[in-house]
Amino acid sequence: MRTLQQDAHIRMPWQDIILQTSVRVLIPFIQLFGLYVIVHGHYSPGGGFQGGVILGSAIILMALVFGLRASMHYISENANKTLSILGPFVFCFIGALCIVFGGGFLDYGALNKIIPLGWNEWRSFGIFLVELGVGIGVMSIMLRIYRVLSSGGTMDRGL
Amino acid sequence: MSLVSSILLILGVFFFGIGTIGILRFPDFYSRLHAAGKCDVLATTLALVAVAFFNIHDFSWASLTSWDNVRVSLKILTIIAFVYVASPTATHAITKAAFIVGIEPWEKKKRDL
Repeated sequence: MRTLQQDAHIRMPWQDIILQTSVRVLIPFIQLFGLYVIVHGHYSPGGGFQGGVILGSAIILMALVFGLRASMHYISENANKTLSILGPFVFCFIGALCIVFGGGFLDYGALNKIIPLGWNEWRSFGIFLVELGVGIGVMSIMLRIYRVLSSGGTMDRGL
Repeated sequence: MSLVSSILLILGVFFFGIGTIGILRFPDFYSRLHAAGKCDVLATTLALVAVAFFNIHDFSWASLTSWDNVRVSLKILTIIAFVYVASPTATHAITKAAFIVGIEPWEKKKRDL
């Protein structure tokens, strides 16, 4: 038993064939469910924050099982910074665009003047656009928090 | 239909109870985890099948062909598929982590008085 434990230390704990196989099966479905929660947020429980957390947890699961390097290969640190800026930017851009076209902040009906879809349709579609920005921001911030915590603050070389 | 789902729910609660008794009474980390993982998967399956049956109100042709009912039931069955994959994997991961840390399995030995 002692030799098995030493062997497991040498092989690194996360390299486990059962975990890797089942996580490889599960991750696309988790991401699909996260997108569903974001897109379906205004009819059912959910929305940008919850869907973003689910999307981030899929990548955190990958980082737990395959190691932090593999998740760096999937979303690099620079891409993560770009996404975490892009999410709030989409939110504020849509909100400010509504002000520019004569409504209040996040008053989506004013966007009817750009593309005439109809007032009520824009009110439904604008929520989706804003929640997309919130989801992107929350996902990248979750991933950022996990990476900073798990690497002990040294992000230069992974673990 | 409500009779079928009631029976399934009672069976599910029964297995949840057995799992809880196992968690409380077993002597060891590994055997407690064994009780938790197995009973939870079976009980969750039974309870979710009960909910899916209850969602389709009866076996009449109208409720079996109305897409809204069947769709919600299929979503509930998808949760069962997720639990079947995820729960044994989680149990395996916890067990392996405990083994690497070095928790000794329980052995029946003579009580020294």
